[in-house]
Amino acid sequence: MTSSTIIDLIRQTAAGLRLLLALTVVLGVLYPVAVWALAQPLGDRAAGQPLREDGRIVGSRLLGQQFDGDRWFQGRPSANAYDSLASGPSNLGPSNLDLLTAIAERRTDVAAREGVDPARVPADALTASGSGLDPHISADYARLQAPRVARENDLPLSLVEQFIAANTDHRPLGFLGEDGVNVVALNLDVDRARPATHPVDDGGD
Amino acid sequence: MVMSENAAGLLSIGVLVAALALIHAPLGDYIARVVTARSHSRVERALYRAGGVHPDAEQSPRAYALSVLGFAAAGIAVLMALQIGQGLLPLDRDLPGVPFWMAFNTAVSFVTNTNWQPYAGESTMGFAVQMTGLAVQNFVSAAVGIAVAIALIRGFTRERHGSLGNFWVDVVRITVRVLLPLAFLAALVLLAGGVVQTFTDTAFTGLSGHRQVLTGGPVASQEAIKQLGTNGGGFFNANSAHPFENPTGFTNLFQIFLLLLIPVALTRTLGSLLGDRRHGYAVLGAMTILWAVSLAVTTWAEVAGHSQVARAAGAAMEGKEARFGEWVSALFAVGTTGTSTGAVNASHDSLTPAGGGAVLVNMMLGEIAPGGVGSGVYGILIMAILTVFVAGLMVGRTPELLGKKIGARQMTYVALYLLATPVLVLTGTAAAIARDSTLDALGNPGGHGFSEVLYAYASAANNNGSAFGGLTVTSDFFQITLAGAMLLGRLIPIVLVLLLAGSLARQGRVPSTAGTLPTHTPLFAGMLVGVIVIMTGLTYVPALALGPIAEALA
Repeated sequence: MTSSTIIDLIRQTAAGLRLLLALTVVLGVLYPVAVWALAQPLGDRAAGQPLREDGRIVGSRLLGQQFDGDRWFQGRPSANAYDSLASGPSNLGPSNLDLLTAIAERRTDVAAREGVDPARVPADALTASGSGLDPHISADYARLQAPRVARENDLPLSLVEQFIAANTDHRPLGFLGEDGVNVVALNLDVDRARPATHPVDDGGD
Repeated sequence: MVMSENAAGLLSIGVLVAALALIHAPLGDYIARVVTARSHSRVERALYRAGGVHPDAEQSPRAYALSVLGFAAAGIAVLMALQIGQGLLPLDRDLPGVPFWMAFNTAVSFVTNTNWQPYAGESTMGFAVQMTGLAVQNFVSAAVGIAVAIALIRGFTRERHGSLGNFWVDVVRITVRVLLPLAFLAALVLLAGGVVQTFTDTAFTGLSGHRQVLTGGPVASQEAIKQLGTNGGGFFNANSAHPFENPTGFTNLFQIFLLLLIPVALTRTLGSLLGDRRHGYAVLGAMTILWAVSLAVTTWAEVAGHSQVARAAGAAMEGKEARFGEWVSALFAVGTTGTSTGAVNASHDSLTPAGGGAVLVNMMLGEIAPGGVGSGVYGILIMAILTVFVAGLMVGRTPELLGKKIGARQMTYVALYLLATPVLVLTGTAAAIARDSTLDALGNPGGHGFSEVLYAYASAANNNGSAFGGLTVTSDFFQITLAGAMLLGRLIPIVLVLLLAGSLARQGRVPSTAGTLPTHTPLFAGMLVGVIVIMTGLTYVPALALGPIAEALA
C-alpha cells in the first residue's frame, strides 16, 4: 500500500467512526426503546409469559423446567438440565454411540417408570431438544404419563386427561409447526388440583 | 379435522413461497427507487453531517472500496471496545468484560455479517452490548452488503463512467429507508407472536424447587434485524430454537420469511435497475432451483429419519423443538444456509448425514440460493460472468454480459473471487485438522468430527455463522483463524467486486447481436445452475467425501 492509500484509509475510518456513533443513537437506542414502549400494552406476553402462584413467579409458559419426582409430568431430556443461563442442544451427531446408548437407556427408564412396553415410548421422550428449554412434549408422551401422575396425586385420570387437553398448544392457523402439550402449565394445573391433605413428596433429593 | 404433518409441512412451504412471490416485487422496486433517489431526508443530512461526508460526491471504485474497509475497521474497533468495557455500561447484567480474542472474533463476526458466535449470549453479553453493539452491526453490515451489490449493478448500467456512487449515501439510505422501517414492523409482529422485549432478568424458584432465571432482553427488536439482514446471531445461545426468540410455529415461519425476503427482493431490484425484469427472473429462477433441490434432500432425510439415531429414537428429533418438528426445522435450515443468515432453530450438528451434508453444501455453493443481503446478488452475478465465459469458450466468441465485454481483466477479478473462499475453507480446515489439540475440541468422533471442522471454516469464510455446534472453538487458535476466515472471506470478494464494477462502468456498451448469448432465458438459468454445481463439486467433493459422504455411507 502506498502512503496515500493509508492516509485515505485512515480518513475513511474516521468518517465511518463518526457516522457509526450517530447511527448507534438511532439503531441501538431509539429503535429498541421504541419497540419496548410498544410492548408495554402487551404486558406479560412480551415479558416471557410468567406463570404465577399466590403472586409469586413459579415458571414461564415458554421455558421448560426440571421436574423431580413421580408426581410431575416429565419434559423432554435436556442437554443442560433446563438451565436458562446455558440454553442449547446436545450437538451429538446422527451416528454418535454415546447418544445411541443414552436413547436406549431412556427408553428402558421411561417404560419402567410408566409401566408400559418400551416400544410405546415416543421419540420426543428419548431425544434432547434444540434449546434444552423445550416447554412442550407430544400428546402421546403426555397420555403415556397420565395414569402415573393421576395415581401419585390422588386425582381421577379423567381430570388429568382434561388438564392435558386444556394445556395443549395447537399449531397456529392449524398448520404452522406442531401441536405440543405445555408441561409447565400442565404441572401447575395438576399441582393446584392436588388434594390439600396429600402428603408433600418432592421426590428427588 | 387435524391436518397430517406432511400436509402441514407442504402447506407451510407453499405459504412461504406465495408470500415471497407477492411481496418481493414491490419491495424490490422500492429498493431500486431508494438507491437512485436524488434528494436527502433531514435525518440523512444530519447523519452525513455527523460523519463529515459529502453526500453528492461520487466515488471511484478505489474510494468506494476504501470506505468499505474504513467502515469495517471502525465497526470492529467500536464493537471490541463495547465488549471489553461492558462493565462500564448500564444494563450490563453484572457480567465481566469479554476476553480479548473472543471479543475480536465476535467483532469481526458481526461486522462481516457472519454472526458466528463463540459465546453464549445469555451468560456473556449485557443488554447494552447486544443493542448498541451487536444489533447496530446487524443493520449496517447488511446495508454494506446491499450497497456493494448496487455498486456492481451500476457497473453494468453506467457507460464510460469513472465512479460507482457514494458508499456512505448508499449505506445510510438502505439503513434508514429500507432496513429500519422493515425491522420495526417485523419486531411488532414478533412481539405479538410472543417474542420477549424487556430490560430485566427475573430469578424465581420453579414448581419442583429448582432455581431458574426468566432471562429478559431487547430480543424482539434484535430478532427482526437478525433475520432481515441475514445476520443470524442469536440473542441466546440456542438462537431461534430458544422459546424466547421463537415461541411458536407462527413466529418460526415468519422468521424464515424475513430471512429470505430481502435476498429475493434484490433480484427484482436487479431487474428494475437493468431496465429488464427478465434478468431478475432468470437469476431468481437459478436460485430457486438450487433452493428447491436442497430443501427436497434435507426434508426427505429429516422427515424419513435417515440416520442411526433417528431409527433408534423413532424420529429425527434430537436437537429439534417439539413445537416445530422435522418439516419446518428442515425448511429453516435450508433457508439459513442458502442465505448468509446462519440462525438455527434446530441443532445442525444433530441433523441426519444427508440433511447436515445438504446444508453444508448450501454454504459451499457460495450462499447464492438466494444468498445473503447483497452478497447473494453479487455472488450470482459473478457466477453469471463465469457462465458466459464458459459459453463463449465453447463457440469461440468474446463473452459479454448485459452489454459489457468480459475480457481478461474482468475474468481475473472473477477467478480471484472464486478462489478466495475455497482457499480459506480448505486451508483453514487442513490447518486445524493437522493440530493434535483439535481432537479434544471435537464434539463427535470419526467422520462427523471432521465435518464439524469443515463446517466451521465453510461457515466462517462464507460469512454464514451457523455451526456444527459440538466443536469447541474457544481456543485462541480457533478464535483467530476463524476470525481471519470471516474477515478475508468478506473483504477480499467485496474489493474484487468493486474493482470489477469499476472496470465495467468504464466500458461503453456493446450492441446486442444475433451472436449474443441471451442471459434472461430459462436456458441461461439452467446453464448457470450447471456451472455453479460443477464449480462447487470440483472444489469440495474430496473434502465432503471425508465428512458427510463417509458418514452417510457408514
